[in-house]
Order: sequence, then structure tokens, then C-alpha cells
Amino acid sequence: MSAEPAIYLDGVRFSYARKGPVVLDMDRFEVAAGEKVFLKGASGSGKSTLLGLIAGIMAPTAGRIDVLGRPMSKLSGGRRDSLRAERLGVIFQMFNLLPYLPAGANVMLPARFSPRRNEACKVAGGAEAEARRLMSRLQLDPKQYWSSPPTELSVGQQQRVAAARALIGRPGLVLADEPTSALDADARDAFLSLLIEECAASGAALLFVSHDGSLASKFDRAVDLSELNAARVGT
Amino acid sequence: MNRFPILSLAWRSIANRRGTALLTILTVAIAMTLFLGVEKVRHGARASFENTISGTDLIVGARSSPVNLLLYAIFHIGDATNNITWETYQQVAGAPGVAWTVPISLGDSHAGFRVVGTDNRYFEHYRYAGRRQLEFAAGRPLDDLFDTVIGASVARELGYLLDQEIVVAHGTGRVSFVEHDNNPFRIVGILQPTGTPVDRSVFVSLEAIEAIHMEGPTGAGTSLSMDELRAMDLSPDQITAFLVGLETPVAALRLQRQINTYRVEPLQAIIPGVALSQLWGVVGVAERTLAAVAAFVVLMGLICILTAILTSLNERRREMAILRALGARPRHIFVLLVSESALLALAGAIIGTGLTYAALTLGAPVLEQRYGVHLGDTLPGLYDLALIGVVTGASAVLGFIPAWAAFRNSLADGMTIRT
Ligand SMILES: Nc1ncnc2c1ncn2[C@@H]1O[C@H](COP(=O)(O)OP(=O)(O)O)[C@@H](O)[C@H]1O
Ligand SMILES: [Mg+2]
Repeated sequence: MSAEPAIYLDGVRFSYARKGPVVLDMDRFEVAAGEKVFLKGASGSGKSTLLGLIAGIMAPTAGRIDVLGRPMSKLSGGRRDSLRAERLGVIFQMFNLLPYLPAGANVMLPARFSPRRNEACKVAGGAEAEARRLMSRLQLDPKQYWSSPPTELSVGQQQRVAAARALIGRPGLVLADEPTSALDADARDAFLSLLIEECAASGAALLFVSHDGSLASKFDRAVDLSELNAARVGT
Repeated sequence: MNRFPILSLAWRSIANRRGTALLTILTVAIAMTLFLGVEKVRHGARASFENTISGTDLIVGARSSPVNLLLYAIFHIGDATNNITWETYQQVAGAPGVAWTVPISLGDSHAGFRVVGTDNRYFEHYRYAGRRQLEFAAGRPLDDLFDTVIGASVARELGYLLDQEIVVAHGTGRVSFVEHDNNPFRIVGILQPTGTPVDRSVFVSLEAIEAIHMEGPTGAGTSLSMDELRAMDLSPDQITAFLVGLETPVAALRLQRQINTYRVEPLQAIIPGVALSQLWGVVGVAERTLAAVAAFVVLMGLICILTAILTSLNERRREMAILRALGARPRHIFVLLVSESALLALAGAIIGTGLTYAALTLGAPVLEQRYGVHLGDTLPGLYDLALIGVVTGASAVLGFIPAWAAFRNSLADGMTIRT
């Protein structure tokens, strides 16, 4: 792992429409390499927007965002997409899986999209072997679930498939957007432990956002978005 | 991101919505079958139309319009305004440069089929579809006075066999009140199908026509015995039209002018090829209308694809967001939807073409045998491949509409899909 910070934010401002309200206005925010950070924020406070900026799906209106040592906010749209494909894993709140691919194929997708991640699976014996390994690490028996269509999986199982997909091919950073909010308390704790464990095992940094502050204790560090974000939209 | 497996994803996504997908593919397939079918029949009809008569340099009849003469003399549609005298016919037949002539006398019918009074030169000189000659499926040409040779459709539709006796009716309606039933004709020959009006003709000799009208045109025929009849001179006074073959076709224009300016009676000579294309100019409107309708049906098929994709777009915003999160570019989303549109059309077009040619392979021998109509190749050719390409391409272009919408969505949505 490089010693460069996983995320480095400086003077970032963002609004969806050119003359629309400023949704994010953050002076400084940093996540160290391999660090697991919990980011708390009320609904509508801009958590998903922040993740979208870090993932390079959108570009900030002003300011600088570096991701894994690369100047994400300065890259062209295409290069941002490449960087995301090669180095990031993303987990949404729910409906993470492509409905027309079975669980195993969903997990393998990033390795199909990115040569670099496919290459990174070689040590484990190839993308499929790595996908099966990750699934069993996340307590989804690949023998049983490899070919299951997403519709036949419970929400908790779907989130674990999504976690395996985010982690395949050793990404440097995993972004998780309230992945536990649709789970009941037991499933939530189990999922969180597995996710943190696997991020640690693969050396990926984790930025986990949620409005539920009770989850914070499992992380290296917890931050409150309302203290970082000077913009006051939607809160 | 060159490895982005767009086509396979598009295919999986279609397969996942296979209910709607199959219906849209079916729509395109049916549209394609209709279009190709119409095209085939159109070309087949045009070809057999143009192949109706060949090898004849001039058709001569009483003066009316060229299309009219062609219609009654060759297609047996409508009636002649006037006859021409036997003397005039003999004059033209003896003109220098004339190789052969075939007289035609019309006016009677049998069960709705036209009776053509002529002689055996008809079977010898009539040509269709290039240089094809009339052939006998059974029997022989005319010999005795009340012999008749019938076309393939007459034999098939009425179930006639050799040696059967038939009665000829006056006039050309299907129901006639005056039948020349004193003088039944004996079927001595049945022709092979040609796909021309010959198939629907009943051929008798000019002398026989003369004989059955001897006691007035509307009588029951003649009551004279065969021996008495044979002793008589039955050569006709008048005929309806005649075909002319020349020693060198270049002489056609000159002879045509001579006939058209003939002083003794008003005559008209037409060159079959010229008159046929004039006639096709009239009939062709229907043909082109049919083709246009078929093309619109294909367009409707493509619009079905467009509708299906546009309808699915909203429920698939999530799918697009996932793809974006995995590293897909907006351009990939665009290509995904365009290829989906193209794939659906391609599948439909291929299936439709397959259906058409399967039907052709099954149906062509029957059509050929029964009606003498050739529908052309029974294997897909370059034209069909090009058509599949055009349909697929057009669908891809239409796919730009949903693709653009999804492209905009995926940019505006970012990470959050608020559905
Ligand atoms: N795609 C979008 N287009 C326009 N405004 C948006 C969009 N997504 C979010 N917003 C607005 O940005 C603000 C922050 O939203 P979001 O980042 O989704 O918050 P959170 O994830 O913390 O609930 C809200 O006011 C929301 O209405
Ligand atoms: Mg959110």
C-alpha cells in the first residue's frame, strides 16, 4: 500500500445546477491509506454527493480532490471513470446488483471491466477463484449461491455480494453509501464486521457514510459531516 | 475501458426482460416477413407480367388504344371494339419481311374461361418468359374440327381430362344463357402451366368458331353433320387480332407505321414490350403502394422497439447507476442502449428473413407447378443481407433517442437515484 492518503479534499464546493444551491462546501478532509472512517450525517446533508465526487462520477465546482494519490478532480471524465474502475469499490444502500447477472457474475464484474483488477486476482488463481474466496469470506457459500439470481437473495445477502464485488481485485478505497440501512440489527452488525475485516485484510481504506451514529464504534475514526460541510442545504 | 463488455451486457439485459423482448422481436420479425413477402410477390408478379409474351414483334388489331389491344388480345380482359377482315389479315401476313402470323378470334367462353380461336401456329410461335415455348402436359395440338386444347388452370380448376367433351358458350360471362351445345368439343391436349393468360384459355380452331356461329351468333350451334361440315369451306370472314413475327426485328417500326396508316380499315399495330411497360405504368401504382405499406409496417416494428426501450428506461436508472459506479462511462451507457435497440432489430430481421425463406422454400414448388409463377431465389441473397443491415442500422439510429435520455440521466443522477 502506498503511503499516500486514500482521500485528500481541499476547498471543495459543489452544486448540482450551475446557479443551484451549494450542496457541499468543505475546507479540508482526509482519509489515510487503509484507514476505516465513519462519516455521520443527517439525511440530505450531502453524504451521497460527497461520495459521488470522491468516486469521480461528478466533478467539484471548485477545489481539489485527490484519490489514492491521483488528482481525481483534475482528470478528464474518461480518466475519472478509469480510475474508479481500477481502484475503487462502491456499495450502495440497496439494489446493488445487476438483476440479470447471477451473484458470482456480479462479483466478477470489476475484474471484467478493469485489466488491472483482473491482474490483481492472479495471485488468488484468477478472477473466479478470487470471487469465490471473497464470497465465502463474506459467509456466502459459493457452492450454494454462485449461480443465484439477485432476486433469490435476501437483502443482507445482496449487500454481502455487493461487498465482495467492491473488494475484488484489491481496490485502494471502498466507498459505502449507507449499505446497512435496509438491514435489521443483527444482519447490520454481522455485515459491518465482515466488511471492516475484509477491508483490513485487503488493505483497502473504507469511507462508510450513514445517518445512524450507533455504528461508529467499529471504525478507526468517526466524523460528522455537519462539522465539515459549511453549506447548509437540506438540513 | 476498452474491455467494457457492452454487447454481452446488452444481451443479458434483453434476456432478463425476455417477455417484452420476445414480443418486440416478434413484431419486427412479422413486419420483416410481410415486407420481404410483398417484395418477392411484387418482383415475381412484375417478372411474370413482363414475361407474358415475348418473341412476337407486333400485335395487330382494330384501332383503339395500345393498352386496350394488349389487354384483350393477350390478357383476355375486356372486348375488342371491332374485328378485322380476313383479307386484311392475309395482306399483312403476305407482306415482305413477315416470317409468321398467328390469328386470334375471341368472343366465346367456357365456364368463365376465354375461348381462343386460332390454329396450331399459336402453340408453335407463342413465347413467354424469355424464349420459353408452350408445352403439352398431355395430348397433342388441334387436328379435327371440334378438337380443343386447354390451358393448365382450366384443366386443374375444372378437373378436366383428355377426351372429355365440353360445350362452349356465347359471350364471355361466367353465366351464359346461350350455349352452343349442339357441337361439343373434345379435349385433345392440355398445356403445361406458364403463369400467363394462356393457362386460362380454351383453344379451338378458327373453323370451329365459324361452324358454331353459322346459324347466327347466338344459336345453339349448327345441326349439320360432321361430314357436311367437313365438305364446307369454313374459312373465317373476320378475326379479332393477330400476332406477327418478323424475319428481322428491326423491320418492326416500319411495318408498324404501315399498318397504322392502312387505308382500307382502321388498324393498329403495337410492339408488345412497349405496350407492356405502358400497362405496367398503370398496374405498377398498386405495386408501389403495396411496397410503401410494407415499408411502413417495418417502421412500425422499429417504433415498437423504441417504445419498449423508452418504457424500460425509468426502472433501469438503477442499473445505469451501478454500471457507472463500476467504471462505465456515460458513452458506454449510450452504446449499451443503442446496441440493445440494434440487437432487437437484428434478431427480428433475421428471424423474419428466415421465416420468409422457409415459407418460400415450402411454397415455391407449389406456386411454380400450379401457377407457373417464379418467385425468384429460395435462398437469401445480398439484397436480404443489405435489408437486415438497413433495418438494424435504422433501429440503432432510433436507439439514439433512449440512449440520449439515459445518457442525460446517468450524468444528472450521479450516485443517487431517487425513485
Ligand atoms: N441528482 C441530483 N440533482 C439535484 N440535486 C440533488 C441530486 N442529488 C441530491 N441532490 C440534492 O443535494 C442535497 C444532498 O443530497 P444527498 O447527497 O443525496 O444527501 P444524503 O446522501 O446525505 O441524504 C439534497 O438537497 C438533495 O436534494
Ligand atoms: Mg444518500
